[in-house]
Amino acid sequence: MDINTIIQILDSAVRLMTPLLLACLAGLYSERSGVFDIGLEGKMLMAAFSAAAVAALTGSVWLGLLAGIAGSLMLSLVHGLASITFRGNQLISGVAINFLASGLTVLLGQKIFALGGRTPSLTGGGRFGAIRLPFAETLEPVPVIGPIYADLISGHSILVYVAFLCVPLTWWLLFRTRFGLRLRAVGENPASVDTAGVSVTRLRYVAIGICGVLCGLAGAYLATGLGAGFVKEMTAGRGFIALAALIFAKWRPWGALFATFLFGLLEAIAGRFPSIDLGIITVPSMFMNALPYILTVIILAGFVGRAIPPRAGGEPYVKER
Amino acid sequence: MPAADTMGGGPVSAPHAAPPAIELSGISKSFGPVQANKDIDLTVAKGSIHGIIGENGAGKSTLMSILYGFYKPDRGEIRVNGRAIQITDSMTAIRAGIGMVFQHFKLVRNFTVLENIILGAEDGPMLRPSLARARTRLRELAEEYELQVDPDEVIEELSVGHQQRVEILKALYRQADILILDEPTGVLTPAEADHLFRILRGLRDEGKTIILITHKLREIMEITDTVSVMRRGEMVASVTTAETSPEELAELMVGRKVLMEVDKQPAAPGETVLSVRDLRLVDDEGVERIRGISFDIREGEIVGIAGVSGNGQTQLLELLGGFPEKGATVGGEVVMNGHSLDLTGTKSDAATRRARGIGHVPEDRQDEGLIMDFAAWENVAFGYHHAPEYGRGVFMDRAAIRRDAEAKIERFDVRPPNPDLAARNFSGGNQQKIVVAREVERNPDLLLIGQPTRGVDIGAIEFIHKRIVELRDAGKAVLLVSVELDEIMSLSDRILVMFDGLIMGERQAATTTPGELGLLMAGVTDTENARDEDGIPPEHSHPVDRPDEATPRPEGGH
Repeated sequence: MDINTIIQILDSAVRLMTPLLLACLAGLYSERSGVFDIGLEGKMLMAAFSAAAVAALTGSVWLGLLAGIAGSLMLSLVHGLASITFRGNQLISGVAINFLASGLTVLLGQKIFALGGRTPSLTGGGRFGAIRLPFAETLEPVPVIGPIYADLISGHSILVYVAFLCVPLTWWLLFRTRFGLRLRAVGENPASVDTAGVSVTRLRYVAIGICGVLCGLAGAYLATGLGAGFVKEMTAGRGFIALAALIFAKWRPWGALFATFLFGLLEAIAGRFPSIDLGIITVPSMFMNALPYILTVIILAGFVGRAIPPRAGGEPYVKER
Repeated sequence: MPAADTMGGGPVSAPHAAPPAIELSGISKSFGPVQANKDIDLTVAKGSIHGIIGENGAGKSTLMSILYGFYKPDRGEIRVNGRAIQITDSMTAIRAGIGMVFQHFKLVRNFTVLENIILGAEDGPMLRPSLARARTRLRELAEEYELQVDPDEVIEELSVGHQQRVEILKALYRQADILILDEPTGVLTPAEADHLFRILRGLRDEGKTIILITHKLREIMEITDTVSVMRRGEMVASVTTAETSPEELAELMVGRKVLMEVDKQPAAPGETVLSVRDLRLVDDEGVERIRGISFDIREGEIVGIAGVSGNGQTQLLELLGGFPEKGATVGGEVVMNGHSLDLTGTKSDAATRRARGIGHVPEDRQDEGLIMDFAAWENVAFGYHHAPEYGRGVFMDRAAIRRDAEAKIERFDVRPPNPDLAARNFSGGNQQKIVVAREVERNPDLLLIGQPTRGVDIGAIEFIHKRIVELRDAGKAVLLVSVELDEIMSLSDRILVMFDGLIMGERQAATTTPGELGLLMAGVTDTENARDEDGIPPEHSHPVDRPDEATPRPEGGH
């Protein structure tokens, strides 16, 4: 395997991990605040649809992005109302959101575009194009460093860079600011925050708001960056993979980067080598494609060390003496 | 820095001239049909320690939660330092200078002390300056009030006594002038409690006002200046502590005369019922919980095990009761009535133990003693549901169980006497009566009873103690585990003190003193020549946390 193949695989891993990373960080904010969110999948799907639909109708990818964020935020709000304000079961609310998004996107898609739930293919201004970083052309001929810079680091859509910047930003927010301290506290022991005179409800709403925005970016990237339009169920379980990555990452931002890279890499390898010939047996492409999902199951089954979730996760906060 | 901080120093010159720190008038609060507080008036003078005493469910905690902004009163007025204020949330209370130390600490367990201190009281959006300021302030507070604690230690590594200090520091950091403590000594050793009282006196002498909620009469008599008594949501009396007596307070609390001492004859022990030899237990994390203990219990005696919770008593009770922690490794021998008991394997379960004549009132009645959502009559049958009188063939004889339960509920004066009510809806004392009724009425040869009166009100304590003594007088053996030293001393015939998985020593209840037991509870065996501060246990409760420290040595042959 030469250097160019490796760079190509890594390049594709970076693109494939981006929606996972955004969704994983989205889940991180929500779960760190004590609200479990299995509705990441649904929110991404909703965002992908609204982004693609608005981009197709207006021809502007930026309006599409805003619509994607709005669609995802709307579902976040539903989750918040159900699980924070009305203290409902967070898992059930999440499941409901997934079903709602799955049905609503296809229904609206058919109603608006009559293409069987798809949106028209996006072209030109309807998609996020690649950003060429400065000196990419100049450096290209330099061996090793050239292709790494020009192909791997340069040439992605803006949302990829946003996603990667979100990692240090999240770390800083979480561990260096007042907001982060309170956010981590409310997921561990909401009573400590409440007795300190800080509103548990408001903190949790802010957290799921951030979660909604990030899911919106993830969905918009799927439909307007990675793909060129919305197709039915296009998230393909990425929301759940992001949740698995979150557990793998032990609810830490740098861990999220590493975990989602692993998933992205597996997906990239499966895309590059549909089947691998090991001499005696040939690993079939179905197995390669299933790898990220198999890894998800292994992680969720708890084979990867002990991950301690935020202690108050999943519990609606009820005041007690 | 706000003025309140500099005002704290120096004794208050004329306390009677200043307006009272707290003045409540006509406070009422109901939760649905339950009236938790009825028309409460309360005045607490500035710079005093005021006790609020009452049985469980008397409404003490509700009243204080109203003061701290946790609940909104239905009616009534609150004045702080003479100013009428509406306390709508905890922030308002904190701003008014009220701090509260809850019974169950409100700390984030995986945060450091500093992070917990600044949470909610940060200086700005960035953490670093807040942490730095808190570190300096903490050092000042520690020196001023004997409140030393390592600012960088994580809360879960701290002993409960130190966690409580963090709670007090939290309030002081927020410049509280009025400090409310809800049952602060429940989790402390006598020496730790003494230390706490020294701190509280120091705070009072600095001009702070302290409200102490408790159900322990001894504490009220020891530390408070004035005391208020609550009963069934009403304030029944407010008196000067020096002018009252424990007997009078107890009568006010319960509404009738209460026998303070357990009335019992000297024990007449007979044959050995239970004999424990070199018992060991290592839990699934590799921590030695029980480290080779041996003792006997004879017919007709109550053996009390004293100790701060977390020193192996829980594991001992669970092991004898037939449900040791999962994954634990057990060694040693236990002989019951001449036959050895299986400590591991399928025959070491609670049902087999019951069949061998061991009754068990577990420490945690809500998790282990009852199924909270099941009706009282069902709970009375649990563990004995295979008893022949409860069954007809493979079916349960519901009518028979009900009849039996109704009779037990009546004999144990469970209130309300409604067998259909779910266990959850009884008060703590009545829940405990249900468990005790179930176990004691089976007339076991050996009764294991853990924390029999935790969270139980005085009237029910008297009743439960009487039943335990009756069982002893009927020639049965009782193993009593309790963290309440008063209870151990008044109820037991012999006392064993556990510390760090060992039995540190044995004392006769009639001849020992709380001081002597307190030292043993802290791992000090040389009780003759000990100093006062030796009674404070090491910060960490397990040997794995401090491998370099000398292992405590029990007395004599234990």
